[in-house]
Amino acid sequence: MMALLETRDLRKSFGNNHVCRGIDLEVEAGQMVCLIGASGSGKSTLLKCLNLLEPIDDGVILLDGQDISIPGLDPQPVRQRIGMVFQSFNLFPHMTARENVLLAPRRVFGKSRAELGPSVDALFERFGLADRMAHYPDQLSGGQQQRVAIIRALAMDPEIMLFDEITSALDPELVGEVLDVLRQLRETGMTMILATHEMGFARELADKVCFLDAGVIHEEGAPEELLTHPQKDRTRAFLSRIL
Amino acid sequence: MITRRQAYEARIRRRATLVAGGSTLAVFLAIVLLVPFAPGWPAVKKSFFNADVFAETFPGLLNAFLLDVAIFAWSAPLIFLLGLLVALARDVRAPAAYPLKLFAILYTDIFRGVPVILVIYLVGFGIPGLGLPRPWNSPYIWGTVALVLTYAAYVAEVFRTGIEGIHQSQRAAAASLGLSGADTMRFVILPQAIRKVVPANMNLFIALQKDVALLSFIGPVEIFRQAGVYKSLLANFTPYVGAALIFLAITIPATRYADYLLSKQMKART
Repeated sequence: MMALLETRDLRKSFGNNHVCRGIDLEVEAGQMVCLIGASGSGKSTLLKCLNLLEPIDDGVILLDGQDISIPGLDPQPVRQRIGMVFQSFNLFPHMTARENVLLAPRRVFGKSRAELGPSVDALFERFGLADRMAHYPDQLSGGQQQRVAIIRALAMDPEIMLFDEITSALDPELVGEVLDVLRQLRETGMTMILATHEMGFARELADKVCFLDAGVIHEEGAPEELLTHPQKDRTRAFLSRIL
Repeated sequence: MITRRQAYEARIRRRATLVAGGSTLAVFLAIVLLVPFAPGWPAVKKSFFNADVFAETFPGLLNAFLLDVAIFAWSAPLIFLLGLLVALARDVRAPAAYPLKLFAILYTDIFRGVPVILVIYLVGFGIPGLGLPRPWNSPYIWGTVALVLTYAAYVAEVFRTGIEGIHQSQRAAAASLGLSGADTMRFVILPQAIRKVVPANMNLFIALQKDVALLSFIGPVEIFRQAGVYKSLLANFTPYVGAALIFLAITIPATRYADYLLSKQMKART
């Protein structure tokens, strides 16, 4: 079976800082892949590269077998197919939650608010935020804001969702509600790639866990194996530090 | 029931108010009592603070001030628009649009570097000097153009800092949703940037309200020129004081309001 998203020898540096040093990643349709590793190991940069927010230096990114990393390629159509949620939510503060969600489908697909209304309202309903649609971001809790950000990405009907440490900026008591959304999403069969520090969550739901270290995937495997019986010293050291 | 702390703070506040009031009163009394002892005071009082002249000219000044208000009212939106366009032109990245960017940079550099009065003279006398037919030789038109050109350069810089001040993560979020660069600017960056620089722009528009008086040098009989007419007529400077008071009646509340908006914004950010 061909991978839905694949990178081969992906390299990315910022000046002399070589963040990704040849990453080979394969994600099949419907899979949930968790990227773990210390801060600065390249998880976030990898996700930004996958969404073409950062151009890569070398290597290729294949989406459904097509090279999307050709320099000069128009990134917009690709970004519509790959949704992304950020650690710091990045909602548009001057719009209500509902307008935040409506903006991209309206402008990119040229649909009216009326056409989009039912499906968008259904998304809010599904993730328990129906009564928060008219609120502005600063009137919402961190957990609610992050759920709105997820809805905003989902409204573009992406094939893949990227999550960049989306619970790291939340108070501990708010992490659960966001993870619940991910659980729900998992049930729908959404292909997901997460950079995360939530090892319990990764163990519970991931199909594959990749341990990033020094800009490469140092070790990967099924969550149970990798998290309980890591084969390599560095993986073991990292896990013993955070568990 | 008030706490010990509240009682203490109230006591301190009362004392501070008393001291501030007392010292203000002392300074004020000193001025009122001492200035009349200056040798030229009777003459100054007669030619600058003449109640009869004031009463006689004030309605006429107010009337002339309406012209200032009108010029301000039609200049301000044009300045806002041109300033915004210039700021956007400075932000373009397409190579084909480079001349536009270059022009915008030159424009802001030149018009921020030349005194307003010079621009008013050069545009206000120079362009009608081309022998344009009526009404295209009107000093109202070219005076307005001079003000718009000058102030739009400042407003453009304010907008530009506003645009640059919006965090990169907002652009990233918009891009990740597949929004185009133009849509990102229009729906995500600009609405936030414009709001952010409202206080800074208000200060510029307050300055504009005052500089409208400079148009009197090329013809329009607005308040400053009207005061000059009264001065010649009555051989008395009181009309200038009247004009100053009228300006202050507008600019002080406007300045206070701008400060209030700014402090509110600072509070919201922390």
